[in-house]
Amino acid sequence: MENTVNNNMIDTLITSNNVRTPLIVEDAILTFKDVCVSYAPGKNAIESVNAAVEKGKITAIMGPSGCGKSTLLRAVNRMHELYDYIKVTGEILLNDQDVLKMNAMEVRRNAGMVFQRPNPFPNMSIFDNVLAGYSLNGIKLPKAEREALVEQSLRNVVLWDEVKDLLNKKGSFLSGGQQQRLCIARAIALKPEVLLMDEPTSALDPIATNHIEELLLTLKKEFSIVIVTHNMSQAARISDNSMFMYMGELIEYDRTNTMFTNPACQKTEEYLTGRFG
Amino acid sequence: MITHTKFRQLKDKGFFILICLLMSLGALPLVSILFELIRKGYKQLNIAFFTETAPSTLDAMLAAGTGDVIPGGIANGIIGTLIMVSLASAVAIPIGIMIGIYLAEKPTAIFSNIVRFVADLMQGVPSIVIGIISYAWIVCSFQSYSALAGAFALSLMMAPLIIRSTEETLKMLPPSLKEAGLALGASYTSVVLKILLPAAFGGLFTGILLSISRVTGETAPIMLTALGSSMITVDVMRPMSAVPLLIWEFYNDPNLMDMIWSCSLFLLMLILTLNIIAKFIAHRWKIQ
Ligand SMILES: Nc1ncnc2c1ncn2[C@@H]1O[C@H](COP(=O)(O)OP(=O)(O)OP(=O)(O)O)[C@@H](O)[C@H]1O
Ligand SMILES: [Mg+2]
Repeated sequence: MENTVNNNMIDTLITSNNVRTPLIVEDAILTFKDVCVSYAPGKNAIESVNAAVEKGKITAIMGPSGCGKSTLLRAVNRMHELYDYIKVTGEILLNDQDVLKMNAMEVRRNAGMVFQRPNPFPNMSIFDNVLAGYSLNGIKLPKAEREALVEQSLRNVVLWDEVKDLLNKKGSFLSGGQQQRLCIARAIALKPEVLLMDEPTSALDPIATNHIEELLLTLKKEFSIVIVTHNMSQAARISDNSMFMYMGELIEYDRTNTMFTNPACQKTEEYLTGRFG
Repeated sequence: MITHTKFRQLKDKGFFILICLLMSLGALPLVSILFELIRKGYKQLNIAFFTETAPSTLDAMLAAGTGDVIPGGIANGIIGTLIMVSLASAVAIPIGIMIGIYLAEKPTAIFSNIVRFVADLMQGVPSIVIGIISYAWIVCSFQSYSALAGAFALSLMMAPLIIRSTEETLKMLPPSLKEAGLALGASYTSVVLKILLPAAFGGLFTGILLSISRVTGETAPIMLTALGSSMITVDVMRPMSAVPLLIWEFYNDPNLMDMIWSCSLFLLMLILTLNIIAKFIAHRWKIQ
């Protein structure tokens, strides 16, 4: 194991035994500096994460259940501050600005999020759900633009054909997978700079998953994507860089190719080969 | 094995029958009250009942002599109830909802705990005490009984109900809903107004209807504040009548005894309708 670490010396920085972190990227959209998150005093759910997320690329976050993937993702768009028992420390830079010091609303508009569980607005129609980012922010679009945006967003998530005649029906009547696609449409309609996705395809069938993956590959030209996934082949298929987390720590962060073919850390290898997780 | 299943099915059936029996036992009082009211009060329920003011003792006596139904109606009471309940709602609903939102959003704040405690206490205060307080505060300071004082008393009774039902409904909403709204960069206010309140609409509306139906039948606080009036008035600074108040007045006049029943029937039907609508809305707009 140890001697293979040298392969990627240019890209990586060896911090301690068996840990290869962080990947150095030239054009970072998102930078984590000593980020810690704790749900209870004296106990960190995320321990000192340092990493830079590359612009215009897809970054996958992997790791066993409960290792802190969602926690890390939710720190970026400041979801944690809705609960006053959660403490976030460190710096998270979005385009070189510390999100923890920016206006929360501005951060969240630039960092769209797709949650682990679908959460369409139950009082809004499918049409209004897609445009919720605009209506909630008080942005009025001309009718034609609204319709075009809804159609485009729904086509992107392969939902258009299923719902084009039901646009005025409530979003909560859709199936779980359809709801999740609606939520992705809602997030991308607002055209954020970074899209944070927490296992967006775990409720989808293979066909829809496939479409979403293709969508992500097209979307990454417009915005950077961070995606949490339990599906390793998905990470291998679509991501450019991969993070592996374990017990709240970022154990390994590297080019996806490298990580899958040649993991630096024992734990990563065990996880990737399915020996635990 | 088969006998075992048979036995369980039998047990199920027995249990079902028992529940049906208990249910009909529970519904019996309501049904018998309704039956009694209809039997004694249906005669008076004509158009005049809804359009004319309460009859005088003399008219009632003459009608009784010839065996006719008592002339006149309870329009002064209906209009009075309508005005006072509307006024009370106009004050209690917005304030109650706003405080309810605060309680749901800041459940542990000291202010929330105080408000919650006071609201619960207010729900237990006898309505006549609320009437006395309104008398002391409003009637005394305006030097006159008035519909305004009545509406004030009713709003004091409505607000705690609305506060608590708003709080409970909002607490039932999944936190993911608020997160989803905020994650789109929305301001806190627009999340509350455009997402949380509409999603909680069913519960809020139910709470409002139930609080209205609760105060519509209140007599004591009205008696001490609005006093009653034999005319149809819309001047809220003057005394005004109300349906439950009329029942009390009819009760005090032996010649108008028949009116008690029709008046009670009307009030019961009104409150029953409000409750049924509330149940229906709660069912239709269940939080998913
Ligand atoms: N609201 C919370 N309060 C307290 N502890 C929490 C809370 N949410 C998460 N945790 C804890 O923080 C740790 C990380 O949780 P997190 O949800 O980030 O894991 P995850 O990697 O997203 O897991 P999964 O793959 O199952 O979604 C877990 O140990 C969990 O118990
Ligand atoms: Mg998670």
